[in-house]
Amino acid sequence: MGAYIARRLIATIPVMLVVAVCVFLLLHLTPGDPAAVLAGDNATSDQVAQIRAQLGLDEPLWRQFGMWLWRLMQGDLGESLFWGKPVLDLVLERAEPTISLALTTITFAVIIAVSLGVLAAWQAGTLVDRLIMGFAVLGFSVPVFVVGYVLIFVFAINLRWVPVQGYTPLAEGVGPWLERLVLPSIALGLAYVALIARITRASMLEVLAEDYVRTAQAKGVATRPMLTRHALKNAAVPIVTVVGIGVALLIGGVVITETVFNIPGVGRLVVDAIQRRDYPIIQGCILIFSAVYVLVNLLVDISYTFFDPRIRY
Amino acid sequence: MNLVEPEMQVATAVKPILEVEDLRTHFFTRDGVTRAVDGVSFTVAPGETLGIVGESGCGKSVTALSILRLLPARLGRIVGGSVRFEGQELLSLPEGRMRDIRGNRVAMIFQEPMTSLNPVLTIGDQIAEAVMIHQGASRSDALRRAAEMLRLVRIPDAEKRVGDYPHQFSGGMRQRVMIAMALSCSPRLLIADEPTTALDVTVQAQILKLMLELKQATGSAVMLITHDLGVIAETCQRVIVMYAGRVVEQAEVLELFDAPLHPYTRGLMASIPRIGLGRRKRLAEIPGIVPDLRKPIVGCAFAPRCPIASARCRAEPPPLAEHRPGHLAACWHAGEMP
Amino acid sequence: MSEAAIAAEEARPGRLKAFGTFARRNPTIVIGAVLLAFMVTLALLAPLITNPPMQASPADRLKPPDFSNFFDPEKRDRFGTDNLGRDIFARTLHGARVSLMVGLSVAILATVIGLAIGLVAGYYRRVDAVVMRLMDGLMSIPSILLAIALVALTRGGLLLLIIAITIPEVPRVVRLVRAVVLAVRERPFVDAAISVGSRSRKIIIRHVLPMTVAPLIVQATYICASAILIEAGLSFLGAGVPPEIATWGNMIAQSRLFFARAPWLIFFPGAALALVVLAVNLLGDGLRDRLDPRLARRM
Repeated sequence: MGAYIARRLIATIPVMLVVAVCVFLLLHLTPGDPAAVLAGDNATSDQVAQIRAQLGLDEPLWRQFGMWLWRLMQGDLGESLFWGKPVLDLVLERAEPTISLALTTITFAVIIAVSLGVLAAWQAGTLVDRLIMGFAVLGFSVPVFVVGYVLIFVFAINLRWVPVQGYTPLAEGVGPWLERLVLPSIALGLAYVALIARITRASMLEVLAEDYVRTAQAKGVATRPMLTRHALKNAAVPIVTVVGIGVALLIGGVVITETVFNIPGVGRLVVDAIQRRDYPIIQGCILIFSAVYVLVNLLVDISYTFFDPRIRY
Repeated sequence: MNLVEPEMQVATAVKPILEVEDLRTHFFTRDGVTRAVDGVSFTVAPGETLGIVGESGCGKSVTALSILRLLPARLGRIVGGSVRFEGQELLSLPEGRMRDIRGNRVAMIFQEPMTSLNPVLTIGDQIAEAVMIHQGASRSDALRRAAEMLRLVRIPDAEKRVGDYPHQFSGGMRQRVMIAMALSCSPRLLIADEPTTALDVTVQAQILKLMLELKQATGSAVMLITHDLGVIAETCQRVIVMYAGRVVEQAEVLELFDAPLHPYTRGLMASIPRIGLGRRKRLAEIPGIVPDLRKPIVGCAFAPRCPIASARCRAEPPPLAEHRPGHLAACWHAGEMP
Repeated sequence: MSEAAIAAEEARPGRLKAFGTFARRNPTIVIGAVLLAFMVTLALLAPLITNPPMQASPADRLKPPDFSNFFDPEKRDRFGTDNLGRDIFARTLHGARVSLMVGLSVAILATVIGLAIGLVAGYYRRVDAVVMRLMDGLMSIPSILLAIALVALTRGGLLLLIIAITIPEVPRVVRLVRAVVLAVRERPFVDAAISVGSRSRKIIIRHVLPMTVAPLIVQATYICASAILIEAGLSFLGAGVPPEIATWGNMIAQSRLFFARAPWLIFFPGAALALVVLAVNLLGDGLRDRLDPRLARRM
């Protein structure tokens, strides 16, 4: 097991290397002088020169990459052009809201989605099933920001149930913290719920047709343990796989959700950086988000052994 | 090999523990209604071993599943008849009460040992589950009982193997586990649906022997479903022959083999291999095919394949009638030779 | 009446009936297709039936939707007006043009590129390892972020936006095609083709390509839906289509400050966006169930 995890960790290195190369090349493959691009349209030639020097753009490409990668491995993601601070510090300062939002969303989304998917599979072909699946297609189709604004309009502005926007740190209490995360989590989680509910239903449908489910029923097992203990555990591998892949959806969604709900997180950092062409921030955040995604899916891979004893490494 | 002990053969006289009467189970598909079980009646006496034999698709498995009400509702529905277990009507029992019977007083063993065990739960947990549900045992007590059952079905190293998963067992071993699971709550009736079909010939005999020994030790009745008359001859006291969702013949084993009345039964017997004639053949060696159960059958369902069918057979369905004491057959020409 | 005409007359109810059967068995395809056709028609007709989307009218600022006299061609506030007095109805219909064009272009582009790479990767084992590592890496980059970075750097127009959205979609197609190729390679007839000395290019065209068609159509539909959503998201974040073009994402982004007072500013483009994506997704689900039952069971 330990050896397997080590092997899988090593296997992520080439993937992360590809990510790094892509992110690095982005700036250099774009037409024109990167320094001029980053400095913006109104920049003086001094400013352009300064950026060029700061990013080492005078060096040959492979040397730039080598230096960049070397610093990267020491945890140096570069310095923001706008803030003049290390990108890593900026990201860490804004990590709490983003992590809070992501974790609450994943937790609630997985619980709700799996319940819905199991219910739909158990009631396959009935009205309940069709309603859940209809909701799932809809959940896929309505973009995060539209859901977000509708939620704000209905629950925050009209009903005044929750604060409109913003973020309260966890340090100020769980209640206020959660209160402001409810709407963004729903907006962010909707597509994720839809995705997981669909795969749960499909996977459960397959399992419910298996002989061992009938064996369980012949033993006198009641419906609930039949669905969870006997069926869901067997259906789990495709579900956790999609939970992992779906994190990509969440990462894209976080950026938009934080904008809609005015949450001062890493997503907002990126969006603000776009407006300011603060390329080191964009680069650093893409790298961090990609690394998170790769790690989450590594965890998913490892979790297979927990659900299915036949999988051994 | 005849495992039937003489004193067990008189068991039919006492009050039956299972009475199935005019059971009808239909499948509702897009292309119409399939009458999978079409008016089946029989009884099982306490401690008796009843065989149900017939080709695949004759409704014998569906009959078994109907008794325990285990058919997926989407697929088939019991549309009529009555199933009484120890005098209690099962078909109208609330689902919760039905669950108290399943695995407890009536247990079932399935055909496919490879797929009938849950791959992600340990063998011990799967056996213990029934004990926990029906006897309210704690998990540790139930696991002790599971190990005891494994020892009983002669799985070596039983205490260690309760923690193993199904994929660590061979097919024959898994069927032993299934038997252990079914017998863990000492059921009054054990329904075994083709318990040995998926196994090697050598393993088949061991499993059958084990099943019957345990049955005698616990005193439960057995309903053995098979397509193999050879298995019936070795294990059962009474036999029911099914064809196209109906019972066509019913008799004591020796009587049936001595003097089969229905031409279908004779056809089945003709396809049992004699010793020295090589491999055991499957039953589908009677010419013709099983009728389409979606269409209404006029007359005797076997008539199109029957060597002695007459005009009456094609027009009027023959009733299941007693032609000799204890020997019933549904045939207008019962006992006639072609 | 000529015989042909009679035959045609007789065939008509038959065809109608056949369509009825098809619609009953594949309701999602029909609903999706009808909905999509409706939106496409409106998008195509937009310049003919609406006011110019950029025409501002300070006197008519933030007028709420007014459905009376809906078909009066002079009317500007069917769906209300925005903070510059622009016609939301006109802007919503014009926004459909951008969304649909981006969705369609990305779907086609990603499928074609992915198909080419996937065929090569699936067929030549040496290329495979390298390409798949590359695709794994590319797939690990969240697609919106990748597109954001590309667009933010270049400030390019629509074409660059399409390329930026296409790149992250390509690996999915590659994986799909490669899986099909590997599965087909195992089949006896490909062995047979190789053994009689068919050239690999010929084998690919004759045997492999046809097998990829059904899953690719389904995948292309999903890519189209996802591309429309990503384009809207990018425009919303200010990293998409230049703000002077009326797109749904731009409209919503520009209404952020006013939406508490004027929710219709967000409601109409948002609803249109959801409707188009829903139509495409329904079409995709229906096609998947119809064309690829094996995939349908897994998804």
